[in-house]
Amino acid sequence: MEYNGHPLLTKGCDAAVSDKDNDMLKTEDKQPKKAATKDAAAIERLGVAAYRRASVQPTSTPVADDLGGKKRRFGHSDAEPKVKITRRTLYRQRELIYITIPFILYGLLFYYVPLGGWLMAFQNYKPQLGLLGSEFVGLKYFKQIFGDKVFLGVIRNTLMMGIINLVLSFGFAIGFALLLNEVRLKHPKKFVQTVSYLPHFLSWIIVTGIVRDMLSMQSGIVNEILVNIGIFDQPVNFFANKDYFWWIVGFSNVWKETGWNSIIYLAAITAINPEMYEAASLDGAGRFGKMWHVTLPGIKSTIFILLLMNLGNVLNVGFEIQYLLGNDLIRSVSETIDIYVLKWGISQANFSIGTAAGIFKSVVSIVLIFLANSAAKSAGEERLF
Amino acid sequence: MSQLNLDLKPKMDLAARTAAENEPKKKRRRKKILMGDLIFTIVNTLLLSLMVVVTLYPILNTLAVSFNDGLDALRGGIYLIPRTFSLKNYKTVLQMNNLLIGARNSVLRTAIAAILHLGLTALLAYVLSVKEFVFKKPVSLFYVMTMYVNAGLIPTFLLFKSLNLTNSFLVYIIPGMIAAFNLLVLRTYMSSLPSSLRESAQIDGANHLTIFWKIYCPICKPVFATIALFIAVWHWSSWFDNMIYNRSNSELTTLQYELMKLLSSVSSQTSSGSAYGNTTQSVAITPTSIRAAATIVTSMPIVILYPFLQRYFVTGLTIGGVKE
Repeated sequence: MEYNGHPLLTKGCDAAVSDKDNDMLKTEDKQPKKAATKDAAAIERLGVAAYRRASVQPTSTPVADDLGGKKRRFGHSDAEPKVKITRRTLYRQRELIYITIPFILYGLLFYYVPLGGWLMAFQNYKPQLGLLGSEFVGLKYFKQIFGDKVFLGVIRNTLMMGIINLVLSFGFAIGFALLLNEVRLKHPKKFVQTVSYLPHFLSWIIVTGIVRDMLSMQSGIVNEILVNIGIFDQPVNFFANKDYFWWIVGFSNVWKETGWNSIIYLAAITAINPEMYEAASLDGAGRFGKMWHVTLPGIKSTIFILLLMNLGNVLNVGFEIQYLLGNDLIRSVSETIDIYVLKWGISQANFSIGTAAGIFKSVVSIVLIFLANSAAKSAGEERLF
Repeated sequence: MSQLNLDLKPKMDLAARTAAENEPKKKRRRKKILMGDLIFTIVNTLLLSLMVVVTLYPILNTLAVSFNDGLDALRGGIYLIPRTFSLKNYKTVLQMNNLLIGARNSVLRTAIAAILHLGLTALLAYVLSVKEFVFKKPVSLFYVMTMYVNAGLIPTFLLFKSLNLTNSFLVYIIPGMIAAFNLLVLRTYMSSLPSSLRESAQIDGANHLTIFWKIYCPICKPVFATIALFIAVWHWSSWFDNMIYNRSNSELTTLQYELMKLLSSVSSQTSSGSAYGNTTQSVAITPTSIRAAATIVTSMPIVILYPFLQRYFVTGLTIGGVKE
């Protein structure tokens, strides 16, 4: 028990001391400050203590060690204890480490190793020569794609569709959440909500099929309605006119995801203090006034954080919908960066160009996220990191 | 003091007077608010009804067309109710061999992925929820980074090729096992559980795997259901990996990819009424009706399931929306 005279010396580091005695813990709590100042010395001495314990009293099991550690932490009342890496902690947490190792290997292989493939963009990559043997050409392919009118058009398409999607999906999701929140009857509300989630569960293949049916010239309901109320003189072929495509993509997105995206806003709305509504009523606000002046400001921070998260995804308008809805007539407005990568990389097997275009997209996305984040920071709003 | 009184008196008089005058005004104002609320309610109801109609109509229309006789459907004018009822479309769809293989593969990949990916993500989430774990921060960051940094299609494609994942069923299962978003949701949920749960088990001598399996898994069932649903929806809907990696092998086809081939082959033809498949059959089956039937068959499983899981995915998304 000799070394138990100084259990507080190990305070501040997470190494285990096998002190189960309650009175020991009490003495420890009495002098937390004193102990904290001795941290540095404690860590040095710890090695000795650990060595002694290991040799003198091998009966202390890891479980008992854990217990000691935990009890001390309660005394600390630290939410996130600072843990120092020592041989002792590593040994004590070896099980957690063993579990983590395969995950790290997996993550390295599937998420980080492919990043090495970015080298291809700077090489005249030949699969038979490999990454190390291919000729290095510097920025040749970047110059090539930025001199390519098609690629510039592709960037424009991606950006425009991204912005249209962002604005429409935010507007509709927030609007829908606000309106739904005003429904007082429980069952109709539930029904509308359930219906609104439905399209999220349909794949893009099905959704684009439906969109095509609805917009078709022969039997599409949209054409029928538009002609009947006199907006168009005759049915329009929506998929032959370049003006419509971005909006078709935008509204397909709205149709599919509005209900789903509103979930998070509805959750945020439930967190608003009901007294705010009472106060607004006393001030003479009607239902619209309450929605506008209480609910909307109440979910402002949620809107901001989601906006931030989505800004980085502006270029990730994907390609599924564009790939499925596009056709030769409107190729110049329907192609996105992802389709460009697919076309050059997979179909033409020009890996270097495909990779260069992919890098461009990734880099712009990351830059956008950081820009948005620092903008939010300087505006004093909620931010991501 | 006297000044104050002087000041107050006329004001109070004024207040008393205006209060009397305001009585009808107040009533009018309240009436105005009530009118405004009524208009608001009506507009709100109309807008939401419109939304329901816009959401449901295309699906119900597809359903109606799928149950309608093919040639008859070509005349157009089918809205919500089939005009000439027929089950031919479904019979044809269910006899398509590729579609059946695709259905088998889709069900398999969805089930395996939902269980395997969920299990592994949950295990890692458990490890990362242990507050005193020394590598908690770096490992979390390691995976959160993958949300933002993406190598892109080509390097990934070449990696899978060199790992012999192309042209195999494994390409549906192995990649994307740990999605950072799901990991964060699970970790957040597990971190919110009292750590005494884990500690008391540790006192009883349980190791982490046992604690995870015996204590955390049962508690986390609701959030597990959420994540399993997310994974399942993703796998059920995906077709891109099929097109890129397993295009040539018809044994590895998935339902969505088959549907895509069906839809694109059909849409490239004009719907002039060219009969699909068996032309000797007297009852014609048209591309439009086949497409409708295939759409319904493909979307049915998840559409039937999701209303029952609604509670779960709402919780999950709410947790996920919390700042990391």
